[in-house]
Amino acid sequence: MASSDSRLSVAKMDSVTRIGFIDRNILDEGNIQAIGEEISSIIDAEPSPKLLISFDNVDHLSSAALGTLITINNKIRNRGGQLRLADIDPQIYEVFVITRLNKIFEIHDTSDEAMKSFS
Amino acid sequence: MSEPDPATVDSGVVELINDRRAIDGFEARMLEAVDRAGFSKVSRFAIRLATEEALMNAFKHGHKGLPPTVPVRIEYSITPERVVVVIEDRGPGFTPDAVADPTLDENLETPTGRGLMLMRAYLTRVEHNPAGNSVKMTYLRPETDTQDANA
Repeated sequence: MASSDSRLSVAKMDSVTRIGFIDRNILDEGNIQAIGEEISSIIDAEPSPKLLISFDNVDHLSSAALGTLITINNKIRNRGGQLRLADIDPQIYEVFVITRLNKIFEIHDTSDEAMKSFS
Repeated sequence: MSEPDPATVDSGVVELINDRRAIDGFEARMLEAVDRAGFSKVSRFAIRLATEEALMNAFKHGHKGLPPTVPVRIEYSITPERVVVVIEDRGPGFTPDAVADPTLDENLETPTGRGLMLMRAYLTRVEHNPAGNSVKMTYLRPETDTQDANA
C-alpha cells in the first residue's frame, strides 16, 4: 500500500501490481528518488514481481525518471519478474524512441493490453 | 543575444538555485511567453524538456560540490520565430564530446547520461562555451509550427 506522502497510486490486481503516478510532471529529483525507492520496496516484497506502470495523465518525464525506470527494469529482471509500461502520451513515447529505450521496455498502448501480456 | 529584437515577446536574466518551486515558477513564465509567441504544443514540449534537462545538468553535475546557495544564471529570449536560452553554471565545466552516446546498445541499460542527448534531439542548436560551463540552446520555429497544429 502506498504511504500517505506517496507520489504513486498502487493497486494489486490478481498477481500484478499496477502503479500510477499522482503528478502530471515527473521532474523533481527528490520525488523521482522517492518513487524509485517505493517501487523497489514493492519489487522486494514479491517472490516473482509482476509490475504494470501506467503513465496515464503524465505530461512530462525527465531523463532522471527514465534512469529510475531502467534501474527498476534491471531489478525486476534480476528477480525473474516482469515489467510492462502502458498509457504513454505520444510525445513522451517519442522520448522513449529517441533514447531507444523502447528497445528494452515492453510498452503497451493501454493498461488492459499490458495486463493481458503477463505470463 | 546582445541585439534587442523588436519582436521579442519576453526576455530576461534569472538566477535560480535548485529549488523546485523556483524552477517551476521560471518555467511557467517562460512557457507562458512561448504560448503567447504562438508556438505549438509540440514546440512547447521540446523547449520545456531541453530547459529542464539543461538546468538539472547544471545543478547536478556543474554545481557538484558547490554550496546549494550558489545559483545558476539563465538568460532567455522569446520571439515568434525562435527561443534562445543560455544556462551558465558556476562549476568547472565539462567536455560535451566526452559524454558517451546513451543510445549505443552497450549503454542502453545505464541509468544516466541522456540529458544532453535529449537536448540535442529536440532543439535546433545546442552550443557550449569553451569552458563547458555554459550552454546556449536555440529553438527555431519549424515552418509547419502553428498553434492550429496542436494535437
